Amino acid sequence: MIKIENLHKKYGKNEVLKGIDLNIDNRGVFAILGPNGSGKTTLIKCILGMVIPNSGEITLEGKNIQNQWKYRESIGYLPQIANFPENLRVTELIKMIKDLRQSPDFDETPYIERLGLESHLSKRLSNLSGGTKQKVNLTLTLLFDTQFIILDEPTTGLDPAALMILREMIEEEKQKGKTIILTSHIMNFVEEISDEIVFLLEGKVYFKGSADMLKAETDQVNLEHAIANLLKKTEYA
Amino acid sequence: MLKILKYSFFDLIRSRWSYVYLFFYLLLGVVLLFLNPSLSKAILTLMNVIIMLVPLIGTIFGVMYYYNSKEFTELLLALPVKRSSIFLGQYLGVAISLSLSLVLGLGIPFIIYGLFQSGAIWEFGQLLLLGTFLSFIFSGLSYNIALSNDNRIKGFGYAILVWLLMAVIYDGAFLIALNMFSDYPLDKFALIASLFNPIDLSRVMMLLKLDISALLGYTGALFKKFFGSNWGSLIAFAILIVWTIIPIFILRIKSARKDF
Repeated sequence: MIKIENLHKKYGKNEVLKGIDLNIDNRGVFAILGPNGSGKTTLIKCILGMVIPNSGEITLEGKNIQNQWKYRESIGYLPQIANFPENLRVTELIKMIKDLRQSPDFDETPYIERLGLESHLSKRLSNLSGGTKQKVNLTLTLLFDTQFIILDEPTTGLDPAALMILREMIEEEKQKGKTIILTSHIMNFVEEISDEIVFLLEGKVYFKGSADMLKAETDQVNLEHAIANLLKKTEYA
Repeated sequence: MLKILKYSFFDLIRSRWSYVYLFFYLLLGVVLLFLNPSLSKAILTLMNVIIMLVPLIGTIFGVMYYYNSKEFTELLLALPVKRSSIFLGQYLGVAISLSLSLVLGLGIPFIIYGLFQSGAIWEFGQLLLLGTFLSFIFSGLSYNIALSNDNRIKGFGYAILVWLLMAVIYDGAFLIALNMFSDYPLDKFALIASLFNPIDLSRVMMLLKLDISALLGYTGALFKKFFGSNWGSLIAFAILIVWTIIPIFILRIKSARKDF
């Protein structure tokens, strides 16, 4: 479980996180939603230790993560923008990550086959399209069978067929009892897949609950409208 | 850290620029030995080149490597790898591959020429050692500068400025100061001032080793008294080591605080 207490983060004068309190305790899919610049990625990067918060505490399975690195063994992370060392080939990259994670025994072939990456394996990463990069990225995120899976905008660049596979894969991980945290702007996707929604607004948790609760609260029939409604309400408030 | 070092190192020695650098030194070594039949004169010419060029190349490579491997760094940061290992590994990858190019590029022509049969081997050894120190110091300084500046242009600018300051401006300012205060006893000032600049320090150490301290002029005698003795050389090397450690130390502190 992940516990976040009173998390603050400022970039210069720009206060991005203004006291986030969040418990992610049960297994399942958590969707972190919010308008652009609401601090979703910053929050995720704080959990990963890439961004160092100004104050507040994050604990993972009861252990404070500050200045730690071992805990990342239990996290698989899919970054928002898939940036890889350009000169590497796909197979070299996978081999390297396996080596760096010190887990050479995991087999990537099922993921490669499922995502149709066979023909790209010997290509350089700089020559891959955005969607293909994202598939490589996804393979690397899910490969190591980690308890926590963090997906920052996993749908970016994927075609409808790949999107369906992604959905299936997330569902399977959920069945295995994993905790999955994701962000996305595609509401249909979120509605179908998530068990709980966390809505961030101006650096604070504005809403936490199921999609149905959110719809009931805003008096809307679908999630897209509910979120839009929520945004409008705060704009005029 | 060794794994990061391994990947950075192999990444660098696969790159075109390492070969350009290596071939430049090979060429320089061969040409100097052809034009200068005397080994010690060749070493003197080489010193003048190394003192300026090694810091410059170290500066450029340090900055360039940091910005070019930014993606790789971000990938690594999300993995179960210690933060300081990532940056130390990358820095050492740059510094070691640069030093290797230098030592191999100059070493091979000199060995072919018959270095081992000549008495100049100690001078040559010290030259390579100083070049290695300068590679480590300047790639470390510039790697730090790049780490503190997300804007590439600014990072490059500051790094080149540091090189310019140490390689050119420092000397000029030093001379002006000596000239302006020539009525006062300046021996100690001159001695201490040269300790604060690794390029000057290397030059002085090399000139003394080559026993041409007459080139040092006014403060030459004092330098010889100080650096020429065993203690003096030891202290000078100790200061070079301090110069090498300081950027690593700053790197650890800086990298622990940075957001990605």
